[in-house]
Amino acid sequence: MTSYLLQRLVGVAVTVLFVAVTVFLMVRLLPGDPARVIAGVLASEQEVERLRTRLGLDEPLWRQGVIFVGDLVRGDLGTSARTSNSVTREIGARFPATLRLAVASTLLAVAIGVPLGTFAAVRAGRWPDLLVSTVVLFGISMPVYWLGLMLILVFSIQLRWLPAAGSEGSLSLVLPAVTLAFFSMAFIARITRSSMLEVLHQDFVRTAVAKGSSPRAVVWRHALRNALAPVVTVIGLQFGELLGGAILTETVFAWPGLGRLLVDSIFARDYPTVQGLVIVFALLFALVNLTVDLFYGVIDPRVRYG
Amino acid sequence: MARAALGRFDEARPSASLGRDTLRRLLRSPSAVTGAVIVALLVLAGTLAPLLTPWDPVRQDLRAVLQGPSLSHPLGTDQLGRDILARILYGARLTLSIGAIAVSVGLVVGVPLGVVSGFYRGALDLVIQRVMDLMLSFTTFLLALTLVALLGVGLTNVIVAVGISTIPRFARLVRSSVLSIREVSYIEASLALGAPSRRVLWRHVLPNALAPVIVQATLSMGSTILTAAGLGFLGLGVQPPTPEWGAMLGEGRNYIFTQPSVTTFPGLAIFLAVIGFNLLGDGLRDALDPQLRGRR
Repeated sequence: MTSYLLQRLVGVAVTVLFVAVTVFLMVRLLPGDPARVIAGVLASEQEVERLRTRLGLDEPLWRQGVIFVGDLVRGDLGTSARTSNSVTREIGARFPATLRLAVASTLLAVAIGVPLGTFAAVRAGRWPDLLVSTVVLFGISMPVYWLGLMLILVFSIQLRWLPAAGSEGSLSLVLPAVTLAFFSMAFIARITRSSMLEVLHQDFVRTAVAKGSSPRAVVWRHALRNALAPVVTVIGLQFGELLGGAILTETVFAWPGLGRLLVDSIFARDYPTVQGLVIVFALLFALVNLTVDLFYGVIDPRVRYG
Repeated sequence: MARAALGRFDEARPSASLGRDTLRRLLRSPSAVTGAVIVALLVLAGTLAPLLTPWDPVRQDLRAVLQGPSLSHPLGTDQLGRDILARILYGARLTLSIGAIAVSVGLVVGVPLGVVSGFYRGALDLVIQRVMDLMLSFTTFLLALTLVALLGVGLTNVIVAVGISTIPRFARLVRSSVLSIREVSYIEASLALGAPSRRVLWRHVLPNALAPVIVQATLSMGSTILTAAGLGFLGLGVQPPTPEWGAMLGEGRNYIFTQPSVTTFPGLAIFLAVIGFNLLGDGLRDALDPQLRGRR
């Protein structure tokens, strides 16, 4: 187990380093002078030159790379071109908001998606199944930004129940969390349904029914537990995506998380922050994936790591 | 009686034509038919746009801004007095072309990568898979967004960015089907008989790996439309005044308090288009692989 974990952690580090070097090279090798872009069209040649020195862009590429990787290992992602703060600190300040939103919407999505998928599997081919399929189709086809706007229209503008933007108070969490949860819920329900359908046809389920277990116990205790492995994978993937992927929802609701920081940094041409965020997203995604893999052992004792 | 028995025998016979069989199953699936109808309507809306509306999608009329639906403007007007229906109809052209070109990029690059990876294995496979892993450590949207951030905004860059972000899924899919087809005994037999591997690849492996690729390409049209419209919504996609659904939504969102129809209708158009491709893709999957029917 320990050696497995160690091996996987090395894998995570390699992936992140690979992502970091790729982004580093792309920022520097693509056409356009980053210093000129950051300084703006109106800046004088001297100002651009000074900025270039300050950002270290006048060094040869290999030296920039060595410095970059050295800083990265120490957790230093450079300095934001927009605010002159450390990128690590900027990201750290925004992370709690993103985490709060991701946790809330994942919990919501699991709480609705798993029962919905199970219900559809038990009633496979009949109208409840069709209804769930329709909900799933809507969920995976819905543009999140549009759903968010429509929820604002109904609940903030017309009913005046919930705030339309910002992150003050717990009520402000409701609309963005619901918006994000809709897609994940659909995805989780779909996987739960297909996984349950497979399990419900297995022998041990028939045995459980034959020995007189109540249908409820068979479905929720025996079958669901065995159907969970793929469901947990999807939940993990969704959570990982939400940690870095709530870009559109955060923009719609003016939620001060990492997604909006990314969009704002792109518009401000703040390359150090964009670069730092991309690296952090890759790290978060890899760590979530690792956690999911470790979690398999908890759900299914047959899984051994070696 | 005998005829009926013959009919059943006919049906049980291994099909002479995969295409005709698939088509018959597709026509029997309500979701596939609905999806196909939606997609066909979109194509018609885009091609017949000039006949369906008298309005010019980019002509502004500042005396008629932010109007609600009326007889002359069935879906109302936007913040610059442009007819929303006209913009949605002309926008269908753009949405469908962006989707089709981006998915083609994914196909043209991703499929050969997957084939090489799965058929020839070896060091090349390792390198390709590591690169695909790298790309898959981001969500499709984040990958596309980062690429646009680095390449710059505009129609071509959006298509390139969205297209690149679909590559890993095609490569993975094709690799895994080629890997399993490679193990089938008739492939082994043709290789043993001395057929050159290139010929085996083109004649036997590729045609058999095609079905899941068709399904994936259809479903990718839906997700690609979502991604491209998302970029447009952020203002990082197709630039104004081009009538692009995502950009319409993004610009209209500032007027949601005064005239909600400016955001409602473009969003509905995106939603409908994605539903169409998802239904068609699901229907195709069921039709091409009857064993999976109802088990997704």
